[in-house]
Amino acid sequence: MSAVDLDTGPAENPLVVGLERQPVRSTAMVIFGAHGDLASRKLLPGIYNLAHEGALPERVALIGVSRGQLSDEDFRSNAREAIERFSRRRPDADVLSGLLANFSYVRGTFDDPALYAQLAEALGALDAGVGAPLNRIFYLSTAPEFFPTIARKLGESGLSAAEGAEVRVVIEKPIGYDLASARAQNEAVLEHFAESQVFRIDHYLGKETVQNLMALRFSNALFEPVWNRNYIDNVQITAAEDIGIGSRAGYYDGAGALRDLVQNHMLQLLALLAMEPPTAFEANRLRDEKVKVLEAIAPPALHEVAEMAVRAQYAPGVVSGAEAAGYREEPGVPADSRTETYAALRLQINNWRWAGVPFYLRTGKRMARKLTEIAVTLRPVPHIAFQGPDSDGVRPNQVILTLQPDEAVSVSLGAKVPGTKMQIRPVNMEFHYGTSFLSESPEAYERLILDVMRGDATLFTRGDEVEALWRIIDPVLAAWAADDQTPIPQYPAGSAGPAEAAALLGDRSWRRL
Amino acid sequence: MSEARWSESDTTPERIDAALRELLRERHAENAALVPARVLNLVVVAEREWRGEVVNRLDRVGTYHPSRTILCTVQDDRHTIDGFATVSGDVSSGGGVGVLRESVEIALGAVHTAAIATIIDPILIPELPTVVWSPHCRDDAVEALLPIADAIMIDTDDPVYFDGPSAALARASELLSSRVDVVDLAWLRTIAWRERLAGSFSDPARAERLDGLRRVYVRHHPGSIVSALLLTGWLASRLGWLPSSLELAPGGVRRATAVRLGGGPPIGIEFSTVEQAIRGLAGVTVSGGSGFSLSFERALGGLIAREQNPGAKPRQWQLFGASRGEAGILGEGVRQALIRDHVYGPALHAARSFSQ
Repeated sequence: MSAVDLDTGPAENPLVVGLERQPVRSTAMVIFGAHGDLASRKLLPGIYNLAHEGALPERVALIGVSRGQLSDEDFRSNAREAIERFSRRRPDADVLSGLLANFSYVRGTFDDPALYAQLAEALGALDAGVGAPLNRIFYLSTAPEFFPTIARKLGESGLSAAEGAEVRVVIEKPIGYDLASARAQNEAVLEHFAESQVFRIDHYLGKETVQNLMALRFSNALFEPVWNRNYIDNVQITAAEDIGIGSRAGYYDGAGALRDLVQNHMLQLLALLAMEPPTAFEANRLRDEKVKVLEAIAPPALHEVAEMAVRAQYAPGVVSGAEAAGYREEPGVPADSRTETYAALRLQINNWRWAGVPFYLRTGKRMARKLTEIAVTLRPVPHIAFQGPDSDGVRPNQVILTLQPDEAVSVSLGAKVPGTKMQIRPVNMEFHYGTSFLSESPEAYERLILDVMRGDATLFTRGDEVEALWRIIDPVLAAWAADDQTPIPQYPAGSAGPAEAAALLGDRSWRRL
Repeated sequence: MSEARWSESDTTPERIDAALRELLRERHAENAALVPARVLNLVVVAEREWRGEVVNRLDRVGTYHPSRTILCTVQDDRHTIDGFATVSGDVSSGGGVGVLRESVEIALGAVHTAAIATIIDPILIPELPTVVWSPHCRDDAVEALLPIADAIMIDTDDPVYFDGPSAALARASELLSSRVDVVDLAWLRTIAWRERLAGSFSDPARAERLDGLRRVYVRHHPGSIVSALLLTGWLASRLGWLPSSLELAPGGVRRATAVRLGGGPPIGIEFSTVEQAIRGLAGVTVSGGSGFSLSFERALGGLIAREQNPGAKPRQWQLFGASRGEAGILGEGVRQALIRDHVYGPALHAARSFSQ
């Protein structure tokens, strides 16, 4: 080892070599809808936690935008309250005070040109104070109907670009209501921003376990050789919730389970599970592979939907020992609502790796327990040496990736039951994320906000990916919307879902929740 | 909280290992959701009289607590081995798993330290990294444990146990040249400073100033000269500087110069002490010949940055970050034992140039 090591690798700045946390350029973030639920619960606490850890860039400023009549001081006071209430760690008083001093507020309606003139002035003043242009992030934490308006106004006012700085726009889900609206929204945003400036958040992708799915597949020679139609019999992806819709009737009854979870989170899981290995862990290489596999899923024709999709609503039942109302009895839900609280799909991926392997997806509210998992079931062994009654316990191997309530990976194996006979029973090899690292995972939003600041879009959804997701779901939505006569199947609250869902699997069965 | 304890006087490693397995089996039988943590083995060798202090430090490392901690307390006149084992864990209220942590304490004598590896090895969880930390520098025990260790945690900033910075850096270098990794708490105290310096010169407006630096001035806690040397050694190793030996100047200031391998004006390097409650660095200033200077000072809630550019007004701002405190540094040390830091070695090598 020499006193002078000039092997700096690809980095231009030799000081960044070897740092675990790479520097981020100074940034001004503008949050539209800064007074809303998402900002209060996730964004502001997330930004605080980044500050606490020393992860924010050298200079950072935040401008809150909403319609409320607030002073800068009111906004800081509200932000403090939100951070103290929702931060995953108790705030450090000095860090919090210092951070809040960099917060300011601009009031306005999103279609008012005066708002953007004020923003331009405020951002210009920040640049002048720093003596250099700050990177800019416009975070649209608003209802989706405002996205096109805000994007257009930012473009018209010249805020979608800045000399000497990067400008990025962050869009929250839902991206569209169906394929046509998603496409329209993409077009509206891309009229004023380049795709490389647009960061569409699906916070599921910021979760450690979802990223671990890629690590599991592509860092272990154990799995990849069997990750194909030759060895895998079927895949089940489950996102079950034990809670009902709570106070979200207004949103949920207009959306339903398919839009709420399947179109985004669950299909993202499917894509990560089934995609080909990207040539590099880099935004466009990864997203290219996801788009390829999503495009390999043939959308069903309208007449095929009944064969591959099941919808249902929860009926009154018992959850955790307490009686629970049915969906149509929930406050704010129309008594004749046909919105699904449960959706199950059978999908096929038409490529060499997966042809013939069914992918089953199910999600529901008010189910027996909270569970998000991916279960990959391998084909049975071609010949069971232990024929006869003692071989009853021989089951196909399963690889189970659990995301909630624990982050874990388990592999089921057949093992001999101790004794004089050759009896086989499935046992599990388990890896629990929490037991092997003991470190607290950062909130998904913290990771994603930092990625936007860095300009790393790896964990964000690209425009063509959003459209590929909707292309799969659109026919199902259309078929269900067209059928306003067939009664919606009901399942008791606290159960594993409707009996009708079993038909999707033929001879197979759903995994127990 | 679920907790089970075991103890035995005049015991053996095999009996301690058997007791741990039984405690784990009992906990798991009591609640299947309780599963053992499997992160790393941390072996701590401490003087018996300072046991309380070490236990307190280990208790405060927080989420980065290792899965199996083996604390060996050495009492010079002891001839028997006493063993204590605790397995504890919290059951998650959300229905998830509860993580069990295992603590073993072994009271032994100086007579045992030469062969301490034969006592510890049977108690380690196989296949996990093993980290050895001897806060009171029982080098005899550390040497004996080297064959079974993957990493050694040291604090080269500890003035009590090293005869000056030169000896501390030499010891770290000696350990690094063996087959183990070295996690140096003094180096970890420089993380925020290195990140901020690196971040500052990633800004396009400052990038070109890096080659024109003419002076580095580091302020540090009186007991943290090694952290200061390591920070400067890091700059030297990354930027291609060859530092000279330190010289003591009036007022307790220490000075050195560095020459650039590629030629150019020398760089003046200066260290001075600052009284502050917390160990580590207090401030750093880098400046160039053109009138540019950038400094960071420790402050409440992070660092205060001050920048002076030729012909411009000085600027000042806050860089956010909560202090980890000494408990946090130790926790970070446990975490760093799981990853590799390839920058420490060159920085250490350059830092040693100051004292040769």
